[in-house]
Amino acid sequence: MNDSFTMMKRRTVLKAGGALTMSFALPEIAFGQDEVTLPRNLERNPNLASWIRIHTDGTATLLIGKVELGQGTVTAAAQCCADELQIDLARLSVISGDTIQGPNERTTAGSGSAPGCLPAVQVASAEVREILVQMAAEKLGESADGLKVSDGTITGANGSVAYWDLVDGLDLNVEPTGKAKLVPTSEHRFIGQSVTRLDIPPKMTGGEIFVQEMNPDGVVFGAIARPPTYEATLVDADLGAIEAMPGVIKVVRNGSFLGIIAEHQDQAWAAAGALSAQANWQVKSVLPTHDGIYDWLENAENVVPKELVNTAPPGEEALVYENAFYRPYHMHGSIGTSAAIAQLGSDGVMTIHNHSQSVFATATAIAKLLGMEESKVQCIHTQGSGCYGHNMADDAAADAALLAAEVPGRPVKLQYTRAEEHLWEPYGSAMIMKTRAGLDADGNVANWNMEIWSTPHSTRPGGDPARLLSGRYVDPPHIMETRRDGGPPNYASARNGVPLYEFPSTRVATHFVTDMPLRVSATRGLGAFANVFAIESALDDLAHLADADPVEYRLRYLKDPRARDVLMKTAEIFGWDEWEGGRNKGRGIGFAQYKNLQAYTAVAVEVQVVPRNGRIRLIRAATANDSGHMVHPDNISNQIEGGVIQGFSWALKEEVKFDDTSVLSSDWTSYPILTFSEVPPVEVALIDRPGEPYLGTGEASQGPAGAAVANALFDAIGARVSRLPLTPDRVKAAMDMG
Amino acid sequence: MISLNINGEAVSVDAPEGATLLSVLTNQLNLNGQKYGCGKSQCGACMVLIDGNPAVSCTTPATSASGRSVTTLEGLRENGGPSPLQQAFIDEQAAQCGYCLSGVIISAQALLDNNPNPTESDIRLALNGNLCRCGSHNRIIRAVLRAAKEA
Ligand code: FES
Ligand code: FES
Repeated sequence: MNDSFTMMKRRTVLKAGGALTMSFALPEIAFGQDEVTLPRNLERNPNLASWIRIHTDGTATLLIGKVELGQGTVTAAAQCCADELQIDLARLSVISGDTIQGPNERTTAGSGSAPGCLPAVQVASAEVREILVQMAAEKLGESADGLKVSDGTITGANGSVAYWDLVDGLDLNVEPTGKAKLVPTSEHRFIGQSVTRLDIPPKMTGGEIFVQEMNPDGVVFGAIARPPTYEATLVDADLGAIEAMPGVIKVVRNGSFLGIIAEHQDQAWAAAGALSAQANWQVKSVLPTHDGIYDWLENAENVVPKELVNTAPPGEEALVYENAFYRPYHMHGSIGTSAAIAQLGSDGVMTIHNHSQSVFATATAIAKLLGMEESKVQCIHTQGSGCYGHNMADDAAADAALLAAEVPGRPVKLQYTRAEEHLWEPYGSAMIMKTRAGLDADGNVANWNMEIWSTPHSTRPGGDPARLLSGRYVDPPHIMETRRDGGPPNYASARNGVPLYEFPSTRVATHFVTDMPLRVSATRGLGAFANVFAIESALDDLAHLADADPVEYRLRYLKDPRARDVLMKTAEIFGWDEWEGGRNKGRGIGFAQYKNLQAYTAVAVEVQVVPRNGRIRLIRAATANDSGHMVHPDNISNQIEGGVIQGFSWALKEEVKFDDTSVLSSDWTSYPILTFSEVPPVEVALIDRPGEPYLGTGEASQGPAGAAVANALFDAIGARVSRLPLTPDRVKAAMDMG
Repeated sequence: MISLNINGEAVSVDAPEGATLLSVLTNQLNLNGQKYGCGKSQCGACMVLIDGNPAVSCTTPATSASGRSVTTLEGLRENGGPSPLQQAFIDEQAAQCGYCLSGVIISAQALLDNNPNPTESDIRLALNGNLCRCGSHNRIIRAVLRAAKEA
């Protein structure tokens, strides 16, 4: 740890009432009773001391490697821990995403925290409880079987002893046995309850919680002078003139990387802006433009073709349907720009407070970028604005560290400007989905075929400095290796590319384009949004051709009962069967099971189109979700509704614009998102599945939402707009042709 | 030196020329209840009340707040705890990441000060200058309606 780094990570404790009294005689349930199988994240970090600490003052600490992004994971983990340790939540504090102290749970992404982290926490907590109970049994001189735990106090025939009195002599530096019994579902006190999220009260009252608002003693401010575009080399710059600007402490040049360190934030930004403008850059005009991107994708030179499934010969066709769907580049578009605070301590350790989703691999990448030993770079996750994937959090961590290395001992805080975040973040990839389906004489699907074109979906740091933005510009520059597409079970460009519908014949193929004209990386759902948009739009077209109701038509091919349930539940709460249309009004529905193995979601929406200009007004939406056993129902509802709204925003408004040289979307006017007056009311129904595995929720609803609005538009105007976003101009053009 | 009245307290700050109110509040006075989002009056994350009116602090020079009363999210607290409006936001768990929330609650407070019984569409209109990327909009509206009802 750094000696002079005075910033404290906030520990929040939760107030929750109710004493706990539980019998210790548990039925045999859940994970690994017969054989020793551990949840994967526990197996990877098999030291109980890296997960749980018990303190003499009557408190406990849970350490997790997953981090808080506003999705409520930290609170859900605390609930699981408290239930298995059998203590009150108020006794527990959580340390999350600390690369030195906590377990390495890799990246917090892909809706992987509920299925990955929560079972590990539960089992680790149960193991610790059993160790404590065994110690108590020895101390009390009786068998562990008859002991009961109530809020950390273990009671038997011979008296009682509390966890906190057993700390002396407790050694958690042991491996889990895989045999600890879990508390039965019926005795859960916190799991299943929508307790107040730990991070909410400080966020509502102006508590210190985001890295953007922290100011350690002696802080100075950093900023980066970016090149005019990606393909740019610095020819020369008059650093002296910038050094003379007010408040500037240092101007840093390393190859084509230019950084500023200044006394105040405004001064750092002003100097960086002046330096970018004044520097002489050699620039290449090599971008395909936002209108040219789809031709470019189809004609790209470096392509990896792959057939994912090809189940059976296509069968007899009475009618052939073909369509092509287009998704542009999307931004993560965090409301707060990315930030980090870095400091090089006198012990030679670079400590970086940052809001990366992948603090572990990013620390490694930064160590390589700085030429430091890995053990000398510590990343500590500190909350930032919601990120929705790999945004610039990691770049900010690296840039802060590059500058902090120049002023040893001083904390350097760096927050990007809005234009910098918009222009340089790694976008969600542009994609094309071409669908072709054969219908038989009764309008049933005889065969289904979809081909997907996409550039990569992940350039997360992964220990590679070339994937940190500034890594490209330092001397010598780091060169990224050719990216590969993600394979099963998660997939990347092909995520949700294989429909869940059971057709007689299904073929899905990808054309993975390895070049990246725009910088791209993981954006909520990767390829899932575009693939679900395409599949669900085409399904609606097929239902229309078959003269069938879109819900009934989907049910013909949807065999999984949980999938059927969310679809029918959505139709029910929307009032699908009773719905009466009207002029320029439409309703649409969309469904998917995220990754074909996480949460199930369907979304229905009602729209009204303004014929004068083609504007789509969202009137109301309804959604049903099945995320398995629910740990925190309100979090699930929050994630699902938030995803629906984000999916609507992507579908209606969002497209990164760029010409042949640079990105043009530099602020919220050139890249608009849905506003309060455009967001419809959303009714959410949750289907609980007690005892079933936890399913990831965070990325489950965007695809169905995007498809639902496209289908509602089709219903309203009788024409299909297959290129996103569904802007008024495109809608108007479709109506005029229609 | 700029003299300011922040959350009821008189303070003097040695701010550089041209400093924005946002930068002075965040980086010099160490207040948390206003965030940098865009610096261009486009997102509302930086909102504070100036003499009771909502204002974007990112494009307001610190000097123009001199002699006026500035309230940040912290300044809404009552007796060291959440105000009724803040409590309504806590009760509705009306956030995901919460980065937009400081500005949202400030806007909502200004609305309720002018209109103690707003309709849902009044609220949507009043908050239209506040961007939320997480999709917490409807929860936020419920929190404002709840606060109005409980007042
Ligand atoms: S930061 Fe002031 S409006 Fe966005
Ligand atoms: S809650 Fe994250 S931006 Fe509003």
